[in-house]
Amino acid sequence: MPVMTMRDALNQALREELARDRSVFLMGEEVAEYQGAYKVTRGLLEEFGPKRVIDTPITELGFTGLGVGAAMVGLRPIVEFMTFNFSILATDQIINSAAKMLYMSGGQFKVPIVFRGPGGSAYQVSSQHSQAIESWYAYFPGLKVVMPSTAADAKGLLKSAIRDDDPVIFIEQERLYGMKGEVPEDEDFTIPLGVAEVKREGTDATIVARSLMVPVALKAAEELAKDGLSCEVIDPRTIRPLDIDTIVESVKKTNRVVIAEESHPFAGVGAEISAEINERAFDYLDAPVKRVSGVDVPMPYAKNLERLAIPDVEEVIAAVRAVAYL
Amino acid sequence: MATQVVMPKLSPTMEEGQLARWLKKEGDKVAMGEPLAEIDTDKATMEMQALSNGVLRKILINEGESAPLGQPIAIIGEPDEDISALLKAAEAASAAPAKESQPVAQEAATPTSRPSVSVKESEPVTQPSRDDGRQLISPIAARMAAEAGVNLKSLQGSGPGGRIVKRDIEAAVTNKQASASAAPRLRGVGLLRPTEKGAVYGPSGYRDEPLSEMRRTIARRLVTSLGPVPHFFLTSEIDMDRAADMRRSINELYPDIKLSVNDIIIKVAAATLIQHPQVNASFQDKTVRYYEHADIGVAVATDNGLITPVVRAADAKSLLEIAGEVRELAERARARKLQPDEYTGATFSISNLGMFGIDEFTAVINPPEGAILAVGAMTPRPVARDNEIVIRQTMRVTMSCDHRVIDGAIGAQFLRTFKQIMENPLYLFLS
Repeated sequence: MPVMTMRDALNQALREELARDRSVFLMGEEVAEYQGAYKVTRGLLEEFGPKRVIDTPITELGFTGLGVGAAMVGLRPIVEFMTFNFSILATDQIINSAAKMLYMSGGQFKVPIVFRGPGGSAYQVSSQHSQAIESWYAYFPGLKVVMPSTAADAKGLLKSAIRDDDPVIFIEQERLYGMKGEVPEDEDFTIPLGVAEVKREGTDATIVARSLMVPVALKAAEELAKDGLSCEVIDPRTIRPLDIDTIVESVKKTNRVVIAEESHPFAGVGAEISAEINERAFDYLDAPVKRVSGVDVPMPYAKNLERLAIPDVEEVIAAVRAVAYL
Repeated sequence: MATQVVMPKLSPTMEEGQLARWLKKEGDKVAMGEPLAEIDTDKATMEMQALSNGVLRKILINEGESAPLGQPIAIIGEPDEDISALLKAAEAASAAPAKESQPVAQEAATPTSRPSVSVKESEPVTQPSRDDGRQLISPIAARMAAEAGVNLKSLQGSGPGGRIVKRDIEAAVTNKQASASAAPRLRGVGLLRPTEKGAVYGPSGYRDEPLSEMRRTIARRLVTSLGPVPHFFLTSEIDMDRAADMRRSINELYPDIKLSVNDIIIKVAAATLIQHPQVNASFQDKTVRYYEHADIGVAVATDNGLITPVVRAADAKSLLEIAGEVRELAERARARKLQPDEYTGATFSISNLGMFGIDEFTAVINPPEGAILAVGAMTPRPVARDNEIVIRQTMRVTMSCDHRVIDGAIGAQFLRTFKQIMENPLYLFLS
């Protein structure tokens, strides 16, 4: 199996789906001539032409609305946000149009659209450009929310997202774009939405992690194994619909849970997972569910403070030791 | 802050308690968890602990007086605190009829209403817990403890704030198994079905099956005739020669055990119950509950009346284990030292008045159990054997059955098996 970066795996997924289905098209700021702010769309303009790979003006609300309309009349737009921080400008179209159209039209209008781009922290881009806002989108019925953590997952999940008939929020992570992994070449390789993956099996504690926190959790699990503590690492991959069953099964086995997330703690996805565990697996818990979250402040610009604001391996290790009463 | 001490619920059936002895005087310092008083309940004399720190400011009832559940009996507070408001409230509460004081009682008594958690029986306080006196335990640990029958009072939690966590229960189970397997035992006894050697048993597991229409009708009809538990009685005379021989032989081998006939009856009843699960059952409102194990209640006469300590999973225990356990339970029953979980939740009971020379009698079922066996004296009686009259040691047993669960034929089949094993106790040694 070829080894490639997540950036190239995403590029491959886009290329394959553009080639496979003529109703798929891509638009966003700098996606065509500049080949993407993070080069995820490299070579696509050349291969598919300016009618299917479209540079937009800096008008998120405008081109998002355009995309939603295109989806309603049968196309399959992929809208790239340079980062999900800019999607905040387009939330009216995403939340009030894309998410609700199928429901409000009594099933007449499907909105098969993908909103994609990097989310979460990057490298010193400060408060306004370092936000993890998956919980916003996961909150609304009508949207699916996907967050891959490996190159292969990125490819398989993006292809499923493009083929899905519902609007999908597909949040990548800038810090993971360069991470390499084996990626299946098969053009029919897809990963179903709503299915978690056990990234590492273990018996003593469950770490639920997504996106950037998956490699952090795996590293923590590796360190803890040296002390004889066996951690199971679960990546939900899709935030909504959430595969809570896989998590609950794991909790029944390990009795202890740490949820690692880059986002702020308050009303976050981790809070939701914790509530679900409480409702479904209370009798199996040996310790309160523990969250390791991004610090509850706007992201600092200073490098040293930025490092402190994002959960790291040591914090996850400390949390696992706490729930294991060590 | 000053708090009222209220009469706690120290047994499942307790409605009021009599203050046997104050262990502290007014003005004494008290720490949370420290014994405060001894309370006579309907079942036993129990020690009551302080649930807060401070000074015993005021004693509200004297030794020998009784108070309904929840009635204030003392006030604990800081030495110089103004307690007049609490005193007034306490007066009002004791003046009010018991019914009206119930809401207060419920709320105030909650921390002490789980005897297995916060009430100790003249043991040293093992676990300082939180301000509200609760013992902390994780959900999985609580469940494992219940399943394994681990006594939480004896545990020191290793989690934060003394929380009992999974590993504490695992350690307790390991310890219990180790000490259980160290006890002397007669190999091969009690192998009517495979048992887990050294396992520790809590109350029996069970499954509930919905009432069939027929059962529902039987139950509905019979309680209109004889209710609320429609008893019927079956009597059988049992040749006890072999059982008596066996008892003699075992006691020669293990003189310190002093195995009694009643111990053998318990074991045989338990073995028979497992073969006749329809009898090891109880009537619930909409279901019949079938138990996995035979938890045998053994009626013990004490100076204060009857109490039935329970031998858990007697089917899975050896004769020697049963003998030891019965003796220990009976001694503590007479000393009024039984914990509520030790005299509730049997699946079947045995009442033996043989020692008083009673030939046969009928016993009253202890609900919700499905049946009780009344055992008479073992006496030499003339019986017909091979058309000859011979003198044999015989014993008459009468089973009272709850007809809502057990029909005549089912009860009769049970008694036939019981008689078979009793007359040929070698069955106990065959798997």
